[in-house]
Parts: sequence; structure tokens; C-alpha cells
Amino acid sequence: MANAQPLLSVRGVSKAFLGVSALENVDFTLKAGEVHALLGENGAGKSTLIKIITGAYRRDEGEVLLEGTPIFPRDVVDAQKLGIGTVYQEVNLLTNLTVAENLFLGRQPKRFGLTDVREMNRRSRAILDTYGLNIDVTAPLANFSVAIQQVVAIARAVDISGKVLVLDEPTASLDAHEVEMLFAVVRQLRERGMGIIFISHFLDQVYDIADTITVLRNGRLIDTVPVAGLDRLKLVSMMLGRQLEADVKRTIDPNTAKAEPLVSLRGLGKRGNIDPLDLDIRQGEVVGIAGLLGSGRTETAQLVFGIERADSGTISVAGTPVNMSSPRKAISHGFAFCPEDRKTDGIVGDLSVRENIIFALQAQRGWMRPLSRSEQEALADRYIAALDIRTSDREKPIKFLSGGNQQKVLLARWLATNPRFLILDEPTRGIDVGAHAEIIRLIIDLCERGMALLVISSELGELVGYSSRIIVLRDRKMVSELTGDEISTEHIMKAIASHGATGEAA
Amino acid sequence: MAVPTIVRERTPQIIVLAVILALNAIISPGFFSIEIQNDRLYGSLIDVLNRGAPVTLLAIGMTLVIATKGIDLSVGAVMAIVGAVAASLITSGYSLPATLAGALFVGLACGLWNGALVALLDIQPIIATLILMVAGRGIAQLITEGVILTFNDKPELIFVGSGSFLSLPMPVIIWIFVAILAILVVRRSALGLLIEAIGVNRRASTLSGVNSRVILLAVYAVSGLCAATAGVIAAADIKGADANNAGLWLEMDAILAVVIGGTSLLGGRFSLVGSLMGAMIIQSLNTGILLAGFPPEFNLIIKAAIILIILIVQSPASQAAMANFRASRQTVAIKTESREHAAR
Repeated sequence: MANAQPLLSVRGVSKAFLGVSALENVDFTLKAGEVHALLGENGAGKSTLIKIITGAYRRDEGEVLLEGTPIFPRDVVDAQKLGIGTVYQEVNLLTNLTVAENLFLGRQPKRFGLTDVREMNRRSRAILDTYGLNIDVTAPLANFSVAIQQVVAIARAVDISGKVLVLDEPTASLDAHEVEMLFAVVRQLRERGMGIIFISHFLDQVYDIADTITVLRNGRLIDTVPVAGLDRLKLVSMMLGRQLEADVKRTIDPNTAKAEPLVSLRGLGKRGNIDPLDLDIRQGEVVGIAGLLGSGRTETAQLVFGIERADSGTISVAGTPVNMSSPRKAISHGFAFCPEDRKTDGIVGDLSVRENIIFALQAQRGWMRPLSRSEQEALADRYIAALDIRTSDREKPIKFLSGGNQQKVLLARWLATNPRFLILDEPTRGIDVGAHAEIIRLIIDLCERGMALLVISSELGELVGYSSRIIVLRDRKMVSELTGDEISTEHIMKAIASHGATGEAA
Repeated sequence: MAVPTIVRERTPQIIVLAVILALNAIISPGFFSIEIQNDRLYGSLIDVLNRGAPVTLLAIGMTLVIATKGIDLSVGAVMAIVGAVAASLITSGYSLPATLAGALFVGLACGLWNGALVALLDIQPIIATLILMVAGRGIAQLITEGVILTFNDKPELIFVGSGSFLSLPMPVIIWIFVAILAILVVRRSALGLLIEAIGVNRRASTLSGVNSRVILLAVYAVSGLCAATAGVIAAADIKGADANNAGLWLEMDAILAVVIGGTSLLGGRFSLVGSLMGAMIIQSLNTGILLAGFPPEFNLIIKAAIILIILIVQSPASQAAMANFRASRQTVAIKTESREHAAR
């Protein structure tokens, strides 16, 4: 297996856009039978490098060698034919077609000039069998979970290309079990001798699956190192170019636990969404919600914020029961909610950073009482500075900002309303390491200034770091409440697994 | 250098309008001449402003509806209904204020009907407003009892269509007043921002506390009121209510005016000034084609061809091509500059 010649070799590649350098003299070597993680903050040049390898961009300088031969892919299809396939975070398949049709789209087996459906289904079954996936290939792809769709996308890419597989944040929308399933497939492909380039923001996953790590920063190569024995702090400082303070568990003031609860849920639930649960959240407290995807985490937040109507139980604010019938109602009680899906539920893409920041406050004031332009600009500038939002201009449409900066704008939108109670659903998902640390710092800071927070996160280490208490949900039920010394990743995992974890995937 | 923002943003519309007016002037040399007779301004330009009143009014309401990612196909039919209501009220002996109030009320009710279907029942706007578009002319015929209801003996209502005030025809006064009112209300309050936000992302807007349903209801209601105003003017102009032909196809002209004015059918950012210019562009075209004396069968084809040219120039594809062209010239400039630096 130990082949002297690398599978894919990038030498001295540079790329500039309108005179701005995006990639400078970067080397990258991928061996056969290797999972090679490509890491860096947003804007480090990861996607530019990937797009050069997969033919979406053309390099200005340098060379790309595939099995020793220089290649010049004209476009993505050309790169696929050469043997380089790509699977993106959002599955680029047609979910209304069957699994088999997706696998063979554009290259269907023909018989008398017509698609030979039987042959196509037979071959699809054979292909998926090799991944240990035994599903109905004649069912529409939409019937299956995102994880299975990812595997189908990988199977298609491997079947077409077969030498190099690029996985661009494939795990961003998967839960822990699904990630494990995907990684099993990746490991199998590694055994077969493929070279796999893996891009992810999740360091745990990188340590789990990758053999080698290449770190880019500001368009330059920082280093390529084997994963074995690589210190995490060292890796993070390579990515950031500065030292990051080690993660410590926050010391919690024992007095907050005795205070009167600001928000009390009593038997709050909705059939098919979340079973009735009791929960108190006090000022100066971060309550974490842990659980797998689909365990009822987001559903709980939606009941509290009035997006969905509960069919049982009550919500009290400062001791008074309230009718939480709409987000407007919730906001009038001083609630705020940063949703998980920033794109569809959070940002108003075409509007400027300024307008997005003042948006919730303006909605709360009503259309008759507009904030003046100077008030808007002052608010926007204040939060751009306070949260270190990286934008060239406060009038820039928010859709052009990176994920981390969009998240900060959404936080600013809610902080501008001066809320008493802030709900954050996956506040650090899909954002770069730098913004990640800043958002965690902000959560702790807000809490220390007396705000009540409810935070949902899949990053257990992170939850453990800042939560005063953690509730664990499983199968739409609250199964555990961890306080004090019980708060640890291990306890959360145990709680999730405790009642026999079944029925996760597909 | 100090070009007002509004001029900079509407440059394409200004250029198109100028070109069409210039063509009109070539076709009919007296196009720009304006004279005063009986204390009232006359001339082709005044005629453009006057004849354009219904489409302009419809375009104001349509702009707000389109900004919320909706569309209102019923405005032409609402004009017919309101014209019929106004004619039957005035012929039944009601006073002018009562007639106008009744007409506007019916327009408002039509708008609220559309708004309820869209905002409360979540029916797609194109289907929701299609219902009234289809039913509207039938309703108008029921009101007029199948005849053209004339009111030649009611000068007070006729004045709304052909009278003048401050030397300007009444329809011009009315649309300018409505336009200024709409622009002030939308831009001086936060309504414009909230409308644009709903058009870009209704769910995110609702989650941020915007009362999306009320605002959607309001924009369709405004569209109904604008259509009612246009309906009264159209009826007063011909001194009668024609259920079959009043406002026929004008919803299409209004949508075109909005699109030419630079507001996207995908919702979001909108420009009332742009839509007004769009309406004026369409009316200048209509007037120009009439003045040129083309056989009538060519009118619609010529109009369509010119609108096609305008839309091609505005299309994202040609905008991108223009941007590329500009960018490449810039890089060339940068490169020559750096070469000059190197030479030194």
C-alpha cells in the first residue's frame, strides 16, 4: 500500500481575485489510503484550494499532479472524469428522484436506447451493499435521512471518480450517530486506497478520522502534520495564529441557584414534539440543553418562544403565568431567540448589517415609531464594535458576511432589544474557530451580567464549559438534569445512552 | 460629483425615459411644447402625465405588494368594480363625498379580501388575487346590471376625471398626491423596512417579532385603495362605468411599471420612485406610438419589443456582463499602473 508516489500533489499554487491574493504558493500532498483534513478559519483559503483541485477555479501559478501527471481540469465534470469527486455539506442530489436514479443520473445504463431500470436498480443495490447500506433503491431519496443521502452522494462520487474524494463539511447537519455511520464509510474507502480530503469545523471529528492535517491561514500554508500526537491547543493556535486560553469550567455563584426563577415551565409539552417537562431558569444562569438531533431540543425552544403552541402546561415569567401565543408575545416579555438555521430563520439576507441589527428592536417598537437613521447607525456601530463583527461596511447586505459574523449580527439584533431571557439554538454551529471562542465568551459575559440564558448545543464540551445546569433530552423526553459536579461530557453521554439508545439513524 | 442618491439609483430608468421622450419629440416635433388655455396646461407631456394616472396609481400599490414577494392580479377588476359602484351611487343621487367614500370603501374591502386570503389562509398571492380578477368583472356587471352606466349629468364626479386644479388636470394632482403620501408614510415610518424584510424572509421577520400578517393585510388593502382611486378616475374620464373594459389589462401594465422601475418580483428592496418612472415610461411609449400613427395592430407589438429591450438591459445576465467589463477595465488599469511603477 505504501506507494512512494503521492496520489495528488499540489505544488506552489497561487490564486488571486482582482488583484487580491486568496492563495499564495501553497503545497499540499495527498497519499493514497489517507484521510487528510484541511483546516483553517473562514477566509483561510480552504475553499479556494478545493475549487482549484476540483476544477471550479483555475490556478494562476503552480501545478497540480494526479498520480504524477500534471492535470488542468477545465471544470468540475472534467475533474470528476480525472478521478476527483466532491461531496458538499448540502447534499447536491435530487431528492424527488429515487436512490438509484440519483446514483446513475446522467449515465443511466441503456437498453434499446431507454433507461434499463432493472439493471440500474441492480447495480445500485450492489454499490450500496459495499457500504453496508441495505435500503430500497427505488424509493425517493427524500425518504431517507440526511446521513443516508450523504452516503448516497459519496457512493455516486466514488463510483464516478474513484481516486480522490473531497468531503466539504459533510457532517455539519448530522448528529453523533449519523457522523459515526458516515465515518465508517470513509474508513472503508480509506482501506480501499482512496485519498480523502476532509474539511470540517469539528476538531473532535478531525481527530477521530484524519491521518494528516494541513492548516492554512490567510491563503498561506502553515504546516502539514500527522494527527497522532498533535496537541489540540497547538492545532488551534496554528489555525488562529495566536494562543487560545485553555477551556475551563466556569465557577458558578452558588447564590444564583437560590434566586426566584425568571422563567418557569410546568408540564410544558406538545404531542409529537416534546413530552411535558418542568424547568426553571433564573437570572444569571445558563441552562444547557443536550441531546441528539431530533431529541426535542429545538422543539422545546420553539414552545418557549411561542413559535409553536404548547398543548399542555404553562409558562410563567417572574411568577406570572403568560400566554405564549406568538414570538411577538415572547419578545414583549423580554425573550429573545437565535435560531439554529440562520439562513431561513435568522438573517434577512438582502438587508444591510445595520438593518439586521436594529430589526427586532424596530419590530418591537412598531412601524409608527421608527428609529431615526442616526439612532440606527449608532446602534449598529456600537454592536459592530462590541461584538467585533467583521464587515467592510455597516451597509453591506448581511448575506455577504461569513457564518460567524452573521451569527454575531443576530446576537446583536437581540441584545439591542435588551432582553431578560436569551435562547440560543446551536450558537456556534458552522462558524470559524475565532468567532466560536468569542461567542462563548459573550455567553458567559451576558450570564454574569444577570441575563438568563437557555443554550442548545451539540458541542458537549462547550456546554459543559459554560452551563450552570444541563438538561438532557432523549427521544422527545427530558431524561436527566445535571447540576454542580455532575456536569460533564461523560454524564451527558451516559444520560443520552442510559435508557438504551435505539432508533437513531434513518 | 454631488449626485443625489435617488438619481444615482434610478439612472437606468432616467436614461430610458429620456430616450423615449426624445424619440417622441423626433416623431412629433411639438411634443415638448406646453401651452395654457383656460387656465389649464395643455401639451403632449401633460397628456402623458394625465393618461398615465391609472397605471401610476396601480403601480404604487403593486410596488408594496410585490415588495412582500406577492402580486396583485385583481387591480384591473377592482377598478371596474369601483367604477361601477361610483357610477351607481352618483346616479342614485348620493353626494360626491358620499360617492367617493363608498368607492374607496369598496376598494379597501377588495384589498382586505385579497390580504386575508394571502396573510391568514396562506394562499399563494398569484392564485389568491386571481380569484377576484376573474370574479371582479362579473361583480361589476351585476352592479351596472349589464349596461354601461353613464353619468353625463353629474359634473362633480366628471370633474375628478377631466377637471383641473392649479392648472394641472385632476388625475395628475391625485396621483402626485397619493405618490407623495405613500412615499412619506413608507419611508418616514419603519413600514418600508418591515415590508422589505417580509419580502426577503417572512419567517425570519415573524421570528424577530414583526407582525407579518397585519403588514401583509395592509399592503393588499393599500393596493385595493390605489385601484379604487384609479377606478374612479377612469370612470369619471369616460363619464360612465364600463364593467367589461375599465382597467382591462392594466394589472399587467402596473406589474411592468414596477419591474421596469427596478423592484424585483422576488420581493425585498423596492422603489416607489422607480415604479412611478416605470409607469411614465409605459405611458410615454403608449402616447408615442399613438402620435407616430402606426397602424393600431402594431401598437402592442412595438410596446412589447421596447419593453423587452428594457428588461434585457436590466437583466441580471447583462448586469453581470457590464460589471465584468468594468472590473476587467479596472484590473487593466491597475496592471498598467503597477507596470509603470515597476518601470520607475
